[in-house]
Amino acid sequence: MKFSGQKSRKPERLIALVGITLLLFCPPLIIVVDRLPSANVGWLPLYLFGAWAVVIGLTAWLMEHRAGR
Amino acid sequence: MRTDPIILGIAFGYLALLFVVAAWGDRRAEQGRSLIGSPIVYALSIAVYCTAWTFYGSVGRAAEYGPSFLLIYLGPTLAMLLAPFVIRKMVRIAARQRITSIADFISARYGKSTSLGALVALMALISITPYIALQLKAITVSHATLINYPYTADATLVDERFWMDKSLWVALVLAVFIILFGTRHLDASERHEGMVAAIALESLVKLVAFIAVGVFVVFVMFAGPAALFAEVAATPALVNSMRLDSAPGGATGWFGMLALAFLAFLTLPRQFQVLVVENVDEQHLTRASWLFPLYMLLINLFVIPIALAGLLMGASAGDPDSFVLTLPLSAGLEGLPLLVFIGGLSAATGMVIVETIALSTMVSNQLVMPLLLRSQHLHLSTKGELAGWLLGIRRVAIVLILLLGYLYHALIGDSYSLVTIGLVSFAGAAQFAPALLIGLYWRGATRQGAALGLIAGFMVWSYTLLLPGFAQSGWLSTTLLTEGPWGITWLTPYALFGLENWDIYTHSLLWSMLANVGLLVGVSLFTRPTPLEQTQAALFTEAMHPNLQTTTLTTSLWRGQTTQGALQELLIRYLGVHTTQRVFQYNGNPPPFMADEPASPELITRAEQALAGSLGSASARVLINSVVRGEALDIESILSILDTTSQTIEYNRRLKQKSQELALIGEELRSANERLRELDRLKDEFVAMVSHELRTPLTSIRAFAEILRDSDQLPDEKRTHFLGVIVYESQRLSRLIEEILDLARLESGRLTLNPVSLDLAALARHSIDAVARLHDEHGVALEVSIEVDPAMVVGDHDRLEQVIINLLDNAGKFADRLHPRVRLTLYRHRRHFRLSVEDNGPGISHDERERVFEKFHQIQRESEIPRGRPKGSGLGLPISRGIIAHLGGRLWVDDAHHLGGACLILELPAAADSQYSIPSLFPLPYR
Repeated sequence: MKFSGQKSRKPERLIALVGITLLLFCPPLIIVVDRLPSANVGWLPLYLFGAWAVVIGLTAWLMEHRAGR
Repeated sequence: MRTDPIILGIAFGYLALLFVVAAWGDRRAEQGRSLIGSPIVYALSIAVYCTAWTFYGSVGRAAEYGPSFLLIYLGPTLAMLLAPFVIRKMVRIAARQRITSIADFISARYGKSTSLGALVALMALISITPYIALQLKAITVSHATLINYPYTADATLVDERFWMDKSLWVALVLAVFIILFGTRHLDASERHEGMVAAIALESLVKLVAFIAVGVFVVFVMFAGPAALFAEVAATPALVNSMRLDSAPGGATGWFGMLALAFLAFLTLPRQFQVLVVENVDEQHLTRASWLFPLYMLLINLFVIPIALAGLLMGASAGDPDSFVLTLPLSAGLEGLPLLVFIGGLSAATGMVIVETIALSTMVSNQLVMPLLLRSQHLHLSTKGELAGWLLGIRRVAIVLILLLGYLYHALIGDSYSLVTIGLVSFAGAAQFAPALLIGLYWRGATRQGAALGLIAGFMVWSYTLLLPGFAQSGWLSTTLLTEGPWGITWLTPYALFGLENWDIYTHSLLWSMLANVGLLVGVSLFTRPTPLEQTQAALFTEAMHPNLQTTTLTTSLWRGQTTQGALQELLIRYLGVHTTQRVFQYNGNPPPFMADEPASPELITRAEQALAGSLGSASARVLINSVVRGEALDIESILSILDTTSQTIEYNRRLKQKSQELALIGEELRSANERLRELDRLKDEFVAMVSHELRTPLTSIRAFAEILRDSDQLPDEKRTHFLGVIVYESQRLSRLIEEILDLARLESGRLTLNPVSLDLAALARHSIDAVARLHDEHGVALEVSIEVDPAMVVGDHDRLEQVIINLLDNAGKFADRLHPRVRLTLYRHRRHFRLSVEDNGPGISHDERERVFEKFHQIQRESEIPRGRPKGSGLGLPISRGIIAHLGGRLWVDDAHHLGGACLILELPAAADSQYSIPSLFPLPYR
């Protein structure tokens, strides 16, 4: 059995990532991005795809990272 | 090229290819070389989430409501992020309990309840039928668009007779496909490897097709994204199309849609099928948790550009739901639209196949089987196996489900856009989420609570989403939507209790979840679960419990009794001879079959699992109970195991930690103890040796003194001799005591030295003079070779002389007996002076060279080779070495180059000319 000192910290990191994802995709931040001045269609689509890609990248790193402890 | 025969030929060719892939997958599975044993295939099969709704509808929704369409994919991204916690648990439970569908899962959680399973199956059937209709509609519309362009798709669809309706034929063709690959055999585990392989391929095809359109629109129709967006910026009507304001319901609607997609992703029957039931390896979840979101990102990458491009084109692009097809068609292309059609076909058929299989399993296991089992007539008359029956039921169910979908499409579907239908289904499926997720983590959730919650949530959903749909299709009066039923405005379906201006899905989700969760929790708090419910609740909520990982636990819980014969009869009746044999031969070498012998708990468990894999857990439970006497599962024991184990595990962990610390401390203590014992032993040895050394001279003094006292007649010369001996032994004794005191001072560091600059050559000569008389007595020939004169060193005059005399004395004692020779050499070695004393005795062996510096060493040698009286105390050399070390020099034994015996070398650093240093402050360590 593992002792607490060697315990994997992946679950905690994953939960933190879920929190970040919720923050990135939920209203307060979304409204802020939507109100950024822009002559074109606005920053929202770009922001959503960018944040999405970052979340996927972080997940991949967290999941595939061997020394994830 | 866009003629019916070609398009139909390609479509059927594509379906045939899927047949081949599915058949290949099934064959590989039978050979044990699974095609789908990879996380990539698993992730692609999950992508069955992206249906025709994604393929055509996303663009439509983006054109109408801006970027909010992405929420349908961000919700599942969140769910996949949580996969290691939530989905993994579901997968583990499903594998252990042989769960066949989400209805089975919920029914098993709440005590393998037949009624709850039937309720979920029925709800799934009602809420998912529109979704299947949507796929049929997508196939038909895309086909019509392809054929009729530039005319609209509706132009021809309206007047057709029903047997000319393409959707009917699509539904029938798909029914045949699904029957062939979904219900080929009835296995203990409801897995369809061939189907999963085909679905994964379809996911690839739709991704490629969509990206191809995207690249074409952005880079061929427009000169890259910059040009496209520049044109959009120049069109005032489009500039605000991608803002948050265009999302229905604003911020609330945004959040509601995210929650809805999150819940639906976990509860849609087809997602449950691919995520949980078809999962072959829990580990695949790890990679799929980012691969599947990546897939969704890729397939949505070009949605906004295509939507904007379509809107820029205006009327020639037609309905936004068809932009994906009409844009390449408007550019006059022939091949790309066909690829798009195939992509859309993939998306639609994939969904229909998985959804129908999942639904038909539910219908047969949760709706029809319990009815059949209840009917006494069937129970008694069935002699053969029921497997054929079961397959038949599923086949009929498949055809009926697809026909139901077709009917919905034909009668209602036209009034809705693609996304609207999809979201209605989403909200319906989301009603399973409280029973599923709360049941997964809260042991106190009871069957009554779950059932009432489900019913209430479902009724609210029907009222707020399904009914308005009927109204919009003209089946009900639209005044229902504007004025409420019977003119009661606060009951208006889209603004219940006056909650106006909300996005209709968020609105429905809010009220239905309030009712659902509220009743589930509220009723659960005031009802008592049955023992079986408690057991199942514990097995579900504690699924990740390390103590539950072993199968022995579940088997040891069985207390019911039955005979092997009765069990075999039951299994053969329902599963056939083959499967029964497999169950009985599970361990390779089965115990001999005895019809009258009691069946072991393991066998009963395997039998129930095999039945559950085919019939669902509720029916399996009913069947097992029909042959097993007594309560099959011992609830008390599992509850006590789980309750105590969670505590014991914590205690265990702490105990292990403590015991490891203790082991560490024990080890330290043991080594300290050993060291102390060794020191104690050395001390004892030393005391013994000292006493021995002191006693020897004392004994002889006493003996001679007694002779002198008692014998008056002793001749004078003898008396003088005896007195001489007494004096000699007294000297020896006092010298010994002096040496012991020296040693004690040396070891305690209290030896006081008086370092002055002195000439080693002069000192050597002085010492030679001192021992000359003694050497003469023994006939020792002394050779002296002083090569440096003077040899200035810093040292204590008396102590150094003591050392040199000791060396010379020792050499004389150990030199050859007949022709004793001793040689003293003084020479310079780099910045040191060395004084070596050699003899021609037997010499000192290499092993002995360090040991001669141990205290009383010589005594030990003496005991080995008794040669009369001891030649010395055995303390001279240790004391000499101590003194020399204190003076900053060294003393060691080396090879004798001149005389061939022992050679002791004393080395002291040469004194700097006018230096007056105190080397004893910087003693070198003993060698």
